[in-house]
Amino acid sequence: MSERVKVTIDGISVEVEQGTTILNAARLIGGEIVPPAMCYYSKLEGSGGKCRTCLVKVSKGSEKDPRPMPKLVASCRTTVMEGMEVQNITSPEVKEARKGVVELLLINHPLDCPVCDQAGECHLQDLSYEHGSAATRYEFDRRSFERRDIGDKIQLHMTRCILCYRCVYVADQITDRREHGVLGRGDAAEISTYIEKAIENDFSGNVIDVCPVGALTDRTFRFKNRVWFTKPVDAHCNCDKCSGKVTLWYKGEDVIRVTARKDEYGEVESFICNDCRFEKKKTSDWVIEGPRKISKHSVISANHYEQLAPPPVIRKNPALKEANKEQFERVIRY
Amino acid sequence: MESLSNRKKVLEQKPMTFGEKIYLPSIAKGLAITFKHIFKKRETIFYPEQERPVSENWRGLHSLKRDEQGRERCTACGLCALACPAEAITMTAAERKKGEEGLYREEKYAAVYEINMLRCIFCGLCEEACPKEAIYLDGPFLEADYLRKDFIFGKDKLVEEPLKS
Repeated sequence: MSERVKVTIDGISVEVEQGTTILNAARLIGGEIVPPAMCYYSKLEGSGGKCRTCLVKVSKGSEKDPRPMPKLVASCRTTVMEGMEVQNITSPEVKEARKGVVELLLINHPLDCPVCDQAGECHLQDLSYEHGSAATRYEFDRRSFERRDIGDKIQLHMTRCILCYRCVYVADQITDRREHGVLGRGDAAEISTYIEKAIENDFSGNVIDVCPVGALTDRTFRFKNRVWFTKPVDAHCNCDKCSGKVTLWYKGEDVIRVTARKDEYGEVESFICNDCRFEKKKTSDWVIEGPRKISKHSVISANHYEQLAPPPVIRKNPALKEANKEQFERVIRY
Repeated sequence: MESLSNRKKVLEQKPMTFGEKIYLPSIAKGLAITFKHIFKKRETIFYPEQERPVSENWRGLHSLKRDEQGRERCTACGLCALACPAEAITMTAAERKKGEEGLYREEKYAAVYEINMLRCIFCGLCEEACPKEAIYLDGPFLEADYLRKDFIFGKDKLVEEPLKS
């Protein structure tokens, strides 16, 4: 029954199924026209619509009703229509609005990136680097909270939270009771477990992965190292609870952190259980698949020279080829 | 080939005259120059005792700074080590305990902070990268030593003297 509709995003046409959101249609095209998303998470039902970073301009509503939409719309919540034309990065209005959204997200966010363990893989960092302004106009005290522990493995820094609700949806999805939610309203809203109760669930550690900022972090990784000094390696294990597909973060010989595998939008491929995440921190627990590919724009790939691009003289001269044999072999193995 | 700059001098090799062959006038001339320099102002200085003034943007040995309350500014964020083109900097972070608020400015601090001075090229990128204004290359020259391990400077050599109250 699914009808295919044609939608044009920044001049690029794509055919998608009816009921797809603009954001997902843009992700089908890929590249830099994909609106950033802080709260939308494709694996979590009902997420999205909170952060407004994915705002786009609909310059033509549909084939039947070609009027543009009066305001910018959140692309994660707006479904496509036949003949819809969307502007994202081609619209200065969208860019301006996004800058405003980033400024509002940063109003209460402490700039403690040098201390924060998420730095280097933080979506808010990327977003504000790309869309935000360098200075703040906010003159008042930022709201601050005490650091709290949720269980013995997860730590909550409410100060850093941007209230994207992703972790709430994770908690809703993995349990049938409501264990984790948002208390308070407006400026007083905060993520919390009721009466500081630990989430007793095998998949509760996934709130760390879904958190776009450093609000929920791994206590076993706290201050261990900066992410860009660690080496990500794909590995798997036979786990009866989860898929067992993870990324191990090595520092030297030690696994200092285990996370699920995140794709280019920072979304995990599959949720992993707490045993895999917190307990199995030895190389012998895992079957190594190979180094994880990290975007070259990420700070994590800084100073990692995986691809050898030898000058022609080395490629042609047999003696030099022999001398650099080890490096060539390493490139082939990767 | 024709010189492009026209400044090339072509030297002619003539056979030496008798005066040149006995060398004595040349020796006397050379010694005269040497003796003349005894009475001139000395161009060198006695380095360890005396030091030349350095320029404003001089980059010498690193020092880890303290803030106005005498707390260590470094928070072990690792940006200096990331910026370092010579990979001379390593550090280990630790969490500040209760009661150490007077020692460290931030929640996290560098428990170990080492700079390998043999690797360091004194480019100053760590200084530029530091978000906490904790590291400055305002020290003197690197002094000579005998062992390689003595060139790895730890916090004992890098951190500024505590404030005197």
